[in-house]
Amino acid sequence: MGMTMTQKILAAHAGLDHVKTGDLIEAKLDLVMGNDITTPVAITQFDKTGFTRVFDPEKIAIILDHYTPCKDIKSAQLCCQAREFAHRFHISHLYDVGNVGIEHALVPEKGLAAPGDMIIGADSHTCTYGALGAFSTGVGSTDMAAGMAMGENWFKVPSAIQVVLKGSLQPYVSGKDVILHLIGLIGVDGALYQSLEFTGEGVSSLSMDDRFTVANMAIEAGAKNGIFPVDEKTLDYIRDRVQRPYTVYEADPDAEYTRQVIIDLDTLEPTVSMPHLPSNTKTIGEAAGLPIQQAVIGSCTNGRISDLRAAAEILKGRRVAENVRCIVIPATQSIYLQAIHEGLVDIFVNAGCAVSTPTCGPCLGGHMGVMWEGERAVTTTNRNFVGRMGHVGSEVVLASPAVAAASAVAGCLTDPVTLMKGE
Amino acid sequence: MAKGTVFKYGDNVDTDVIIPARYLNAPSPEELAKHCMEDIDAAYAVSVKPGDIVVGGWNFGCGSSREHAPIAIQASGAACVIAASFARIFYRNAINIGFPILECPEAAQAISNGDTVSVDFASGRIVDETTGQTFQANGFPPFIEEIIAHGGLLKYLKARQDGREA
Repeated sequence: MGMTMTQKILAAHAGLDHVKTGDLIEAKLDLVMGNDITTPVAITQFDKTGFTRVFDPEKIAIILDHYTPCKDIKSAQLCCQAREFAHRFHISHLYDVGNVGIEHALVPEKGLAAPGDMIIGADSHTCTYGALGAFSTGVGSTDMAAGMAMGENWFKVPSAIQVVLKGSLQPYVSGKDVILHLIGLIGVDGALYQSLEFTGEGVSSLSMDDRFTVANMAIEAGAKNGIFPVDEKTLDYIRDRVQRPYTVYEADPDAEYTRQVIIDLDTLEPTVSMPHLPSNTKTIGEAAGLPIQQAVIGSCTNGRISDLRAAAEILKGRRVAENVRCIVIPATQSIYLQAIHEGLVDIFVNAGCAVSTPTCGPCLGGHMGVMWEGERAVTTTNRNFVGRMGHVGSEVVLASPAVAAASAVAGCLTDPVTLMKGE
Repeated sequence: MAKGTVFKYGDNVDTDVIIPARYLNAPSPEELAKHCMEDIDAAYAVSVKPGDIVVGGWNFGCGSSREHAPIAIQASGAACVIAASFARIFYRNAINIGFPILECPEAAQAISNGDTVSVDFASGRIVDETTGQTFQANGFPPFIEEIIAHGGLLKYLKARQDGREA
């Protein structure tokens, strides 16, 4: 029996010729990552256990992105603890305010993730780097501490669901719609303990930014990882970023999949996830008209340059509705700069948006857009659980940047196709 | 062994309701315990007693990777979580910090809120003493049992590292 793409990467990092579903392996890590919430807990565990060295200071990334610039005294303490640890062990990849981006946009941008890599991050959306043909998965703080100390960790070899993309994405439809549609089809635990392996001719119509968005939300279907084949677009993306050898893996032709899901991109419509589960999906046609008070365009899911371009196309020459706050958060400093150079920030500010320095901020109800009871936001983020963006009585609707921007203009959930045709 | 009163919740109990992100800036177990389950059950943190048992449905602990979630439940005094299934990061985190979890769909369905339940961790046997029903939880692979026996992943790894260097 052949191996899936994920299984091949796991086998190679465990020093094995072959692995099969259910095997417990110990695998070497190419990168261990954490943020300002999870790293301090890992440090406390690391020190308490009595570890006195890290396996490789070049292969650890500490990214202070969630509550930064620090929102309060307690979060300032967490960042100080993370900085001290990074300095103590000469960790080269410490990203701090002014230099930081949202971790899952920053890691690929800095060339810290490459095809064939084995990566763990103490953040559930670490699965994002599967877009580059890497195995990457979210873990907790103790796993991060173990990874930092040992350079390896234990894994159970997952089975896989094959997701076949057919056709090509239509105007105002994006990677976000692909992944929300998929989660709606299979549910929030539809891929529990499994890989989501994306394949098919439709993959080529997805930009790298779209692929990052899709892989990013694999966790919202319960998946261990989401992974894309490596093609010309991947190689173009990493060409000037990755400065070390890497390996491109392909699934064996006889790899076994527990299930195949086919998504027809030609007919895919803009899709939203209604409160309070990412699987609670509707097409924008079904959901249109629901009033909103806030729109958030950003996050590790949708804060990349093509996301900002999609939002700006709709917001150009228009105004955010009177009763709506629209918050735009470029995911990294270089995306922010590019948005300035392309005139996107002008468009956002002229439309009445608040534009923020990179931060996870409102996505997890941290800061920069926390909601009160009864308020509803349309957001390009990844979770719409109870209380996710603030008060337990507030609501989050997940959507693409185009849908969020169109809805911000109209003041209610709105199909960008309708908005753009109607004027 | 553990014996206590059941706090029962539904499917897809996510880590945002187990411990909301607004409390992650103060990650001491005691502080986290004060707000455990706050957004689905404000009464939990004030009424849970040492040894009580949390029961959930499918996909317990889904969402964020925050280890603060099993830490909060553990620090609240609960002896374990029984669920039909666990989201994988929560599963890893609980094992890694040495907090017992039991996967048992039959028990998760049959046990009611407020029942008195006893659990034998060694055998995985669950008894609902209110109804008299008994259940058998799924076992762990030997490797994971070894982590649990050491009291968590880091103690296991440190013991191994010290062994190598001795």
